[in-house]
Amino acid sequence: MGEHWKPWTRRDALKAAGAVTLAGWALSPAAALATPDEAKAVLDRLTGGASMKEGRITVKLPAIAEDGSSVPITVTVASPMSEADHVKAIHIVSEENPNAEVASFHFSPRSGKAEVATRIRLAKTQTVLAVAVMNDGSIYIARTPVTVTVGGCGNQDG
Amino acid sequence: MAKKPKVRVPKTAKKGQVVRIKTLFPHRMESGQRKDPKTGEKIPRFIVKEFVCAFNGEEVFRADMYPGMAANPFFSFFTRVSESGTFEFTWTDDRDETVTVRRDIKVD
Repeated sequence: MGEHWKPWTRRDALKAAGAVTLAGWALSPAAALATPDEAKAVLDRLTGGASMKEGRITVKLPAIAEDGSSVPITVTVASPMSEADHVKAIHIVSEENPNAEVASFHFSPRSGKAEVATRIRLAKTQTVLAVAVMNDGSIYIARTPVTVTVGGCGNQDG
Repeated sequence: MAKKPKVRVPKTAKKGQVVRIKTLFPHRMESGQRKDPKTGEKIPRFIVKEFVCAFNGEEVFRADMYPGMAANPFFSFFTRVSESGTFEFTWTDDRDETVTVRRDIKVD
C-alpha cells in the first residue's frame, strides 16, 4: 500500500478550529461536582451493576494535565475483535467533573481494533475511569489518576 | 451547526486491513456550566451529542458525548475494510441538527 497520509498535527487541529471561539469550561463556585459516588452510580447504570475486573485496558493519559479544558486520552482494550470475542463499548467516566459521564464509544468486530483517542475536559485533579464492556457481558475497568494544573474552567471566578 | 468537519481516511487499503480514521468537528461544546461574566447567568448547554461512522450503510463506530468532551471533538479510531465503498460520518447536536461528510475508499 503506497498510500501516504499525514497524521494530524496539532497545527491542523488548531486550523480546523478556525474562527470557532474556544470555549473553556466554566465552573461557577456553586457548581456541584460529581463525586466518586455519582461516578459509581453512572458505572452501575452503564454496566447493569455487573462486577468489574482489572486488566485488558490500557489508558494513555498525561500524568499532569496543564490545561483541563482539553486533555488527550487514548483507551486501548486487548481483544481479537472477532465475532466470538470483541469489545462492545468503552465508557469514560470522571469522578470529579460536574457530569460523571464523559463519553461512550461503541464497537463491533468490524472495528478491527478496540482503540479510541479523543480529548476530554477535567475540572480538577482526579481519577479517570475507563470501562470496557465485552460481548460476553464481562466488564473491565481501569483507574487512571491525573493531576490537573488549571481546571477546565473558562470563568476565572470559578 | 458548525460547518467544516475534518476527516482523514486512507484513499486505498488492502482487503482485510485495519485502517485508522481521524475526525475533528469544530464546535465550542458549551458545557452548560459556564456563566456569562457580564450578566452572571448560566450559558445553556449546547454540544454535539453524537458521532456515527458508517461504512456502506453499516455502523462501524459510534460516540455518545457529554459536556465533559473538550471543544472541537476529535476522534481517532479503527475499522477493518473488506471491500471498496463509502464512509459516512454524521455529527448530531443538541438541537438535532446534523452534518454529514462522505469519503470513498478503494480496497483491493
